Amino acid sequence: MSESNDYDLVVIGAGPGGYVAAIRAAQLGLRVACIEKESSLGGTCLNWGCIPSKALLDSSELYHQARTSFARHGIKADVSLDLPAMMARKDQVVASLTRGVASLFKKNKIESVIGTAKIVDARTLVVTNASGERALKTQRILIATGSDVVRLPNIPVDGVDIITSTEAIALKEVPRKLIVIGGGAIGLELGSVWKRLGAEVVVIEFLDRIMSLMDGEMTALLQRALEKQGITFKLKTAALSVEKVGGQLKLTWKSDDETGEELADKILVAVGRKPYTDKLGLQDAGVALDKRGFVIADAHYATNVPGIWAIGDVIGGAMLAHKAEEEGVAVAELMAGRAGHVNYHAVPSVVYTHPELAGVGSTEEQLKDKGVDYRVGKFPFAANGRAKCMDAAEGQVKILADAQTDRVLGMHILGPRASDLIAEGAVAIELAASSEDLARSVHAHPTLPEAIKEAAMAVEKRAIHF
Amino acid sequence: MPTNVDIPALGESVTEAVLIKWLKKEGDFVNAQESLCELETDKANVDLPAPASGVLRRVKEEGDTVHIGDTVARIDENANAAAPAPTPARSKEAVVRTPPPPSKEPVVDAAKEPSGSVKPEDLSPAVRRVVTEKKLDPAKIPGTGPGGRILKDDAVKASQGNGANSDDHETDDHEVEVSPALPTKPAMVKAPAVQSKSPAVEKMSFDADGTKRVPMTKIRKRIAENLVRAQQTAAILTTFNEVDLTEIIELRNRFKQRFQDVHGVSLGFMSFFCRAVVLALREFPRVNASLEGDTIIFHDYVHLGIAVSTDRGLAVPVMRNAHRCSFAQVESEIKRLANSTRDGHLSLEELTGGTFTITNGGVFGSLLSTPIINPPQAAILGMHTIQKRAMVLNDKVEIRSMMYIALSYDHRLIDGKESVSFLARVKEFLESPARLMLEI
Repeated sequence: MSESNDYDLVVIGAGPGGYVAAIRAAQLGLRVACIEKESSLGGTCLNWGCIPSKALLDSSELYHQARTSFARHGIKADVSLDLPAMMARKDQVVASLTRGVASLFKKNKIESVIGTAKIVDARTLVVTNASGERALKTQRILIATGSDVVRLPNIPVDGVDIITSTEAIALKEVPRKLIVIGGGAIGLELGSVWKRLGAEVVVIEFLDRIMSLMDGEMTALLQRALEKQGITFKLKTAALSVEKVGGQLKLTWKSDDETGEELADKILVAVGRKPYTDKLGLQDAGVALDKRGFVIADAHYATNVPGIWAIGDVIGGAMLAHKAEEEGVAVAELMAGRAGHVNYHAVPSVVYTHPELAGVGSTEEQLKDKGVDYRVGKFPFAANGRAKCMDAAEGQVKILADAQTDRVLGMHILGPRASDLIAEGAVAIELAASSEDLARSVHAHPTLPEAIKEAAMAVEKRAIHF
Repeated sequence: MPTNVDIPALGESVTEAVLIKWLKKEGDFVNAQESLCELETDKANVDLPAPASGVLRRVKEEGDTVHIGDTVARIDENANAAAPAPTPARSKEAVVRTPPPPSKEPVVDAAKEPSGSVKPEDLSPAVRRVVTEKKLDPAKIPGTGPGGRILKDDAVKASQGNGANSDDHETDDHEVEVSPALPTKPAMVKAPAVQSKSPAVEKMSFDADGTKRVPMTKIRKRIAENLVRAQQTAAILTTFNEVDLTEIIELRNRFKQRFQDVHGVSLGFMSFFCRAVVLALREFPRVNASLEGDTIIFHDYVHLGIAVSTDRGLAVPVMRNAHRCSFAQVESEIKRLANSTRDGHLSLEELTGGTFTITNGGVFGSLLSTPIINPPQAAILGMHTIQKRAMVLNDKVEIRSMMYIALSYDHRLIDGKESVSFLARVKEFLESPARLMLEI
């Protein structure tokens, strides 16, 4: 069966970039179809990334607290783990959210097409699925095909013992020992999940620090916190090779002039993600890629082929769901003749470990590099009432403000709910607020955001509670 | 639509004034050209006339520092009528034409609604604080934030840049373009800038510890700043010489009465000095020049500043085109300027534009001094007391009437050889007054 329909916009990919762009375009009156190759919508984020990992992080944190901290609250509990149930809950959360995207599509009258897309030209696509082929005609094409796991040639993934994040969120049992190759967000988060559930975890990182793009002082504090939880870090270490020995894996590593071996039951390869453009027909369609495989898009998300745009992980930049979502809104608005814009200086980064680490704006290293004159205000959660009530008083808020104008240049938070708290920093940066504006805004008491207020006061050395 | 009463151009290098006295009350009906208030500058005091008739609405207070272009009041011509009022620039009585606002003037927009249109809750907390502490009008602060929001930095800059709103900041950053077409009916100048109103020593009442503290007036501070700045920007040196005025004295004695009879004005020394200076300046044009940044400005004329001391203070009115003046014209003009100065009737035009200055400390008995240059001029000649001294002439000791003369000059522009030679030439002219006539 093949049909040909006329659309104003066909979006390839129903991940956070694609589905948000489709919905925004539909809101602006465009006739939209969205093609997705997987059977469930939502892309990597909903199915194998953000959502399942956060569901497991929350579940595993509760398990960990039940075993280690409940007693402090006067709760005596005999706790055991039912991993299949934990995984089932995670699957339910994922399913409900992916169904949610489908219903949003229905609500906005977006045609959802399951199948693999191939671009014929700027006005034509062909979608292939079990039912056959279907041609779609359209005014515009938006490539939002996202990214895939980077594989290490010397550490070949078999999906059973040498795994990627996709398998790491669905293991059938808790490994006794897990080596995580890669000290980025994915490695730290999934490493934390399995550590809490009982595994011994070793993180191997090639660079001299974890979370290399975040503020150095804060990542050092995070590493210490995770070490206190029992995670071992080997920095400046490269994974050389792996072999099966007995029922285990033996990883050979090299650090400076030293080499060594580490045994493990599972090895998680989490060294980054690369753009995904397989089978799209980009070469034939003439869409240009850069040498790392990212689709080249200009400031308005247009590719070199008129009528074809691209957003999200597939064009590079910060490979974050919320960045893709913002780009989705912006490109839909630009297509509808409006002004779409993303402020890349106000995109927060978050690591959902415990304590969480979040940052928005510039790091101290970036300000020093640019020679910007800045002031620092810090406030520890140990001095925050709510954090103490929650028994989560580890970490600090750090605010960087311009020395002349007092404008907030960066905010970095290590501590409970940092992922939620960082929103205040993003809004402050968007509104060009000064640290004094934050210091003088009323924050309810007792709450975690008071630590932000106090850190803002600390920029002028006038914190009250520290 | 009310007519604004704005501060006009006040003269070269005068960028601000203090509104020292309101002459009309709030709500008074004023007639066009009536003096509304008194402004004090570091050169002179000026009355500000009303540009139109109507009801006066004062904006600035006594004691406020005002800048060129500031609105000090509004005249509501249509308290009853509906006809639109003419703008001040087109009013018949051009007191002084309002020049374009200086490019660095931060917060003046007379067309904006007065404060009250920006609600405090529309401002961010930091901006609220700055605006309250520095008594700023948020409606007048240009916002550079998203959507034109006023950011903390905008408010802080507004509080620093705008001298009208901040008591402590008298910045000199404003470059004022003086309108080239100077008025024919100048604003009335009250009196030369008064250095200080401190009473004569014998009338001072001292505190218990034997001291009396009198804060410097703003104008005195401004003059002080100018003097210090002149010292710091120019490389001022002084070269000295002495002049044998015996022949001029003889000349004067011989023709004084005749001169008075014919020209109706007394023959003093100034006309001789003026002539000598004018001729010498012709030979040394750099001494008649001024320095503006890296540019030397030569003048094809001599506008001679004559320092006049009155019991109210020092003023330096300018005798324009001194190079074209005869002896009688010099004497009468100097007399007129001195009288105007003492009476407080000098126009601002008469206080500006000088290319060279002569100051005479001799009347007070000064033997020798190092005068300070009047920026942007390059040099100043100091005359002193005339003393009979024993001098050697033709290997014989004779009694001659001698005066020390001093030339302070800006070494950035004039070098030692030039300044010494200039002064020597002045001496030469004065010692043989026939040279003045023959221009040799």
